[in-house]
Amino acid sequence: MKGNENPVLTRLWSYAIWAVVLFFVVNLLAMIATVVINSLSTRWLGTWLPPGYTTRWYFSAWKEFQLEDVLVVTFQIAAAVAFFSALLGVPAAYALARRDFPGKKLVMLLFLLPLLVPPFTYGIPLATVLYKAGLGGTMWGVIAANLVPTVPFVVLVLIPFIEQIDPRVEAAARVFGAGTVRLFVYVLVPLLTPGILAAILLVLMRTMAAFELTFLTSGPGSQTLVVSLYYAVSAAGVRAGQSVDAMAVIYMLTTLIWLLVALRFVNPTQIVTRAKREPAH
Amino acid sequence: MTSQSIPAASSAHNERVPLRLRLAQRGIDGVTLLVLPAALFIALLFVYPFVYGMNLSVQPKGGAESVGRFANYVRFFSDSFLYDTILTTLWLALPVTIINVVISIPVAMRVRLMRRQRLLTTILVLPVTLGAVLVAEGLLNYLGPQGWLNRTLMTFGLVASPVRLVHNYWGVFIALIIHSFPFTFLLTLSYVTGIDPSLEQAASTLGAGPRARFRHIILPLLLPGLAITFCLSFVQDFAVFPSAVLLGAPAGPTRVISIAAYQAAFEEYDYSMASAIAMIMGFVQLLIVVTVLTSRGLFYRGPAGGAKG
Repeated sequence: MKGNENPVLTRLWSYAIWAVVLFFVVNLLAMIATVVINSLSTRWLGTWLPPGYTTRWYFSAWKEFQLEDVLVVTFQIAAAVAFFSALLGVPAAYALARRDFPGKKLVMLLFLLPLLVPPFTYGIPLATVLYKAGLGGTMWGVIAANLVPTVPFVVLVLIPFIEQIDPRVEAAARVFGAGTVRLFVYVLVPLLTPGILAAILLVLMRTMAAFELTFLTSGPGSQTLVVSLYYAVSAAGVRAGQSVDAMAVIYMLTTLIWLLVALRFVNPTQIVTRAKREPAH
Repeated sequence: MTSQSIPAASSAHNERVPLRLRLAQRGIDGVTLLVLPAALFIALLFVYPFVYGMNLSVQPKGGAESVGRFANYVRFFSDSFLYDTILTTLWLALPVTIINVVISIPVAMRVRLMRRQRLLTTILVLPVTLGAVLVAEGLLNYLGPQGWLNRTLMTFGLVASPVRLVHNYWGVFIALIIHSFPFTFLLTLSYVTGIDPSLEQAASTLGAGPRARFRHIILPLLLPGLAITFCLSFVQDFAVFPSAVLLGAPAGPTRVISIAAYQAAFEEYDYSMASAIAMIMGFVQLLIVVTVLTSRGLFYRGPAGGAKG
C-alpha cells in the first residue's frame, strides 16, 4: 500500500482496531470461563476465584433436571430434524441447481423467507396451528417446527455444491439407463457426501441451539436441552446457581462437540452467513 | 376425408408429444418435480400459519361482530403497555445493529488482510453457536455486582461501587451486542473480501490516502452489502427474547414486543391477540427492511470485482 498516508496514524488506527477485537474476545472468553468455574466451585461469592472446587453440581444437576431424559429427547429431535431436512432438502436443491423453470424465483423466495424472518415472528402463528392440529407440545410438533428453517437451509447450502458437479457425469449415468432414483443413490449422493455431511452437521448444531421454535412448540417431555436451561435460569434462586451452570456447561459441550466436528468440514463463516448467496447481485 | 383426418391426427400427435417436450424445454420435467416436497412442506408450515395467523388476528376473542374485526389491533395501539413495546424494542435493536455494523467495517477491513483468519472467525462463531440463552446465563454471572467485570473496574479504581449491568436495559444491550456482533462481522467480512483489492491498489497508486480510498472506493462498493447486513442483523435483534427476559427487566424497560406476544399466547391463551402482535412485529420489521433496501437503490449498484465483472 503506497499513497500519502501518515504512518503513525495508520499504526494507531490499526492498534485501536485490534484493541476492540481483543476487548470483545477477552470478555467473551471470560464470560464462558465464569460459567465453567462457577459450575465447578463449592461456593463462589465475593472473590476472584472460588475457595474450593467440586464436581458434585454435575451429579445434582443431572438428577435435578432429569438431564438424561432431556439429552435423549434433544438427540432424538436433532437427529430427526437432520434426517428429514436432508430427505426434503437434497432433492429440492438438486432440482433448483439443475433446472431453470418458470416460477423458480418464487420458489427461491419461499425458501429464503423462513431464514430471513426471525423464528419468534412466525413461531407464534406456527405454534397456534400446531396446537390446533394436536401436535403442539409433542415431539413431532417440535420436529416439524424446527424443520421450517432447516429445510431451506439445507437447500441453500447444497445448491453451490451441486452446481460444482459436472452435469456430464449425470448424463453418462442417464445414457446407461439410470433413472432418477438410481442416479441419486449411485451417483449424486456419493459425490455430494461432503456437502450433505456439512449441511447435516450445521442442521444438528442449529437444532441443538435453536431456542425460540422449540420453546414455543414444546411441552413437558419434548423440551430440548436449551429450553430446559432457559427454564432453569428463569427460575434461578429456586435452585443453586452452580447447578444451573453445570447444566449450562453440559449444554455448551453438546453444542461445541458438533461445532468442532463441523469445523473439520466447513468454513466457520458458513455457519453464520447462510443467506450470503441470496443478495440480489 | 382422408386428407382431412391426417392433419387432425398429426396435430393430435403434435400436441401429445410436444406437451412433454415443451414442458421440458421450459425446464419442467421429472427432476423439477423434486422441488415439490420441500416447497409444499414450507407452504404448509410457513406460509399457511402466516395466513392462518393473519386471519386469526382479525377474529378477536369477544367475537368479530361484537367488538369489531380489528379489536386486537385497536387494543394494541390504545394500550400504552402494549404499543410501548414497539419503541422499547426499536430502542434496543436499532442502536445495537448500528453499532455492530459500524464496528464491523474497520475490523473486517483489517481482518481481510490477515493470513490466518480461521482462529479469529472460529472464536467469533462461538456466541452464535452457543445461542442467546447461554450468553444470557454467562452474562448474569460475569456482569453481576460480584462478577469479574465489576471487580476489574473496581480494582483499577474506575468505579467506586459496582455498576448495575444486569436486570436493566444495559444487560440486554450487551447480550445483544455479544450475540449479534459475530453475525454482523462475518457477513461484513464476506462482503469486504468480495471487493477486488486491485481497485484499492489502483487508487493508492494514483495517490489516494487511506481515508480517501475508503470514502471513494470501498464504501460505495460496500454499501449494498452493508444494507443487507443491516437488515439481517436488525431483524434478528428485533426478535430478542431470551436475553430480554433473563438479563433485562421484562416488566419494565426491556418489555420487548416478543414478550408481549408470548404473554398473550401462553399466559392469557389469547391466540388471536398473540397473532395480531406477531403480525405487527413482522410489519415493523418489514417496514425497516423496506426502508433500508429502498434507500439502497440510491447507492452504486454494479460489479465489485474489477475486470472480472
